Amino acid sequence: MEIRTFKRGIHPSYNKEATEGKPIERVALPQRVVIPLLQHAGAPCNVVVKKGDSVEEGQKIGEPAAFVSAPVHATISGKVKDVVAWHHPAGGKVLSVVIEGDGSARDWQDAGLTEVLDELDSLSPPRLRDIMKEAGIVGLGGAMFPTYVKLSPPEGKKIDTVILNGCECEPFLTSDHRLMVEMPARVVWGLVAIMKAVGARDGYIGIEDNKPDAVRAIEDVLKGAGMDNIKIVVLETKYPQGAEKMLIDAVLGRKVPTGGLPMDVGVVVNNVGTAKAVYDAIKFGMPLIERVVTVSGNGVKEPKNLLVRIGTSFEDVLDLCGGLEHAEDEEVAILNGGPLMGVAQKDLSVPVVKGTSGITVLAARELKPPGYMPCIRCGSCVEVCPMGLMPYKIADAARLGVGGIFKDFGGSACIECGCCAFVCPSKRPLVQWIRVGKINLRKDEKNSS
Amino acid sequence: MSERIVVSSSPHILTEEDVPRIMHAVIMALLPVCMVSIYVFGIRALVLIVTCVVACVATEYLCQRVAGKKPSVYDGSAAITGILLALTLPPAFPLTGAILGSVFAIAIGKQVFGGLGYNIFNPALLGRAFLQAAYPVLITIWTDPFGNPWSVETVTSATPLALAKFEGKMAPYWDMFLGSVSGSLGETSVLAIIIGGLYLRYKGYINWKLPLGYLATVAIFGGIFWLVNPGKYPDPLYHLLSGGAMLGAWFMVTDMVTSPTTPKGQWIFAIGAGMITIIIRLFGGLPEGVMYSILLMNSITPLLNRWTRPQMFGEKS
Repeated sequence: MEIRTFKRGIHPSYNKEATEGKPIERVALPQRVVIPLLQHAGAPCNVVVKKGDSVEEGQKIGEPAAFVSAPVHATISGKVKDVVAWHHPAGGKVLSVVIEGDGSARDWQDAGLTEVLDELDSLSPPRLRDIMKEAGIVGLGGAMFPTYVKLSPPEGKKIDTVILNGCECEPFLTSDHRLMVEMPARVVWGLVAIMKAVGARDGYIGIEDNKPDAVRAIEDVLKGAGMDNIKIVVLETKYPQGAEKMLIDAVLGRKVPTGGLPMDVGVVVNNVGTAKAVYDAIKFGMPLIERVVTVSGNGVKEPKNLLVRIGTSFEDVLDLCGGLEHAEDEEVAILNGGPLMGVAQKDLSVPVVKGTSGITVLAARELKPPGYMPCIRCGSCVEVCPMGLMPYKIADAARLGVGGIFKDFGGSACIECGCCAFVCPSKRPLVQWIRVGKINLRKDEKNSS
Repeated sequence: MSERIVVSSSPHILTEEDVPRIMHAVIMALLPVCMVSIYVFGIRALVLIVTCVVACVATEYLCQRVAGKKPSVYDGSAAITGILLALTLPPAFPLTGAILGSVFAIAIGKQVFGGLGYNIFNPALLGRAFLQAAYPVLITIWTDPFGNPWSVETVTSATPLALAKFEGKMAPYWDMFLGSVSGSLGETSVLAIIIGGLYLRYKGYINWKLPLGYLATVAIFGGIFWLVNPGKYPDPLYHLLSGGAMLGAWFMVTDMVTSPTTPKGQWIFAIGAGMITIIIRLFGGLPEGVMYSILLMNSITPLLNRWTRPQMFGEKS
């Protein structure tokens, strides 16, 4: 089969062996969950329950406060213990609902409808989008952009293609991989629903070539259902293959214009986990209250793929994997996500959110060394930047506060994948400086307008 | 068990490559050339190399101490400058001159600009250019291969390029390839240089555009003149095998700090240096033009980086 990819990028050690062969384990309900009212790109939800209320699993507890927003639901049944600002895995504190569980579980499969295909035929695109909105579905790849918003393009933008992102190019993470292997039908039917909701004719599922079992599983479903408008595209295992623009380029050869969005080239990209959540919402009426989380890294005892309720604390999830493993007093980094784009946590009471595809624990021997050397102009960062930028130059412009050069050399086009910082032999924090530069540029533009 | 949670911004893993590792690989790659030069010119070659390395490293250390910086001589970059400078000198070159050139290369060529990464010119070549001005006679006294380089009185032998230019004679190709010709320490064996260069290419530390672009230009541009007048001008192979073309192509044109970072810039740099080399060789006052061609292109590297920004993803061309 032809293997496609984008230009440049890096080949880090993928370290997927620890969990790629381990089936997803459904874990026992947690005793307590903490559900942030902001689990999406956009405005935080308004809380609609108060301390002392009884809530049922799946009950809406946060209402969207704007168009770009998504509701949140109680992920276990029980009592609202508190509504309080709590540590959020993206950093800072966010108003969150603390629920103490009563141990009862709702059986969503019972609400079962008939064949999803029949169901789909009777559902109009607006109705489908509404189901997704009510179920609180957001992009599960990590960006957490509300899915129904993505599927409601403005007037004049025609979407002809939906691409499902099954690349999972971050090292260590295998949650999407296992999902495709174990629940390929849900992924495919979720894609069919998304295509119908946005009126797209063609569907593609992009999968990196290090997941042949996922390719086979999806292929079987497609063959079985005789769907010929959906195709699998096998992609080179390379980071950041799962970045939206790189994926669209690799799959279709369409290039999203600088500063543009996928819809500018008629495409919507969704994560395979999102598709599965869409299926669950349509088939079972089940809102987004659980997700697959890969727990891995050299600092965790028993790496696993777990199906956990959203709101479960990192601490509880790590305990299910035997806890941390490291030398006495060793430094560890605990990441929401993988090692290349994950966010380091300082408090283990942070909850799993909708975008938590993995918890990666790195013990000191895997961590980056402190300090950096001068740039030796080796050009490695230029050679790997998937956006075709000159990272060393825009990073220095950001570091020195030279906004003109930062802008002229396309600093704001940076997708912050971190390839530049990864390859830098001088260990310069290039992408970190560029992030600061982007924030400063936005500030400057705000001030001048 | 207690842990210390560290928080930093992604990416949280980095490549194992680092600057000292690159520099040490360059030193490794230079060993074959050094060994051939010692074989051809004897212990005097070794003395010259050691002198330059010690002088460069000591200068780097002193400059950094004076500037109040943490000395970083272990990164190996000063040692490389020392080796490269020695390889551009004639075997009988006086040691005091070698020391002076080393001090100039590091102090003026590198530390004045701010040290590693900030210099505009290749420090070794700048040191060589300084010595060319300071010792115009001694720097052109060449020892016969396997001759006695301890005395400048007993030796006079023309390099292959000088032979071709001033006497209209050619040195045998095979001698130039293996190294038994007169010239600077590092100008002798093409084979040893290519072994070192291919090692660096294998390690991924040099961009193939630079040495190939340079050598191809030297061959093609030199070849045009040869086609026009084969009696007067040397053929392409002679251009490639003689003088400093090979050493320059693999170890100086490829210097990371002073060559461009963009693909287009690298092509312009390599082709420009190749053309200037030929122009000096054929029409300049000197028999060899590698040094000045690279220094000249070094001076426009910052501009090339600025002018040849690659096309961004999704940018309209």
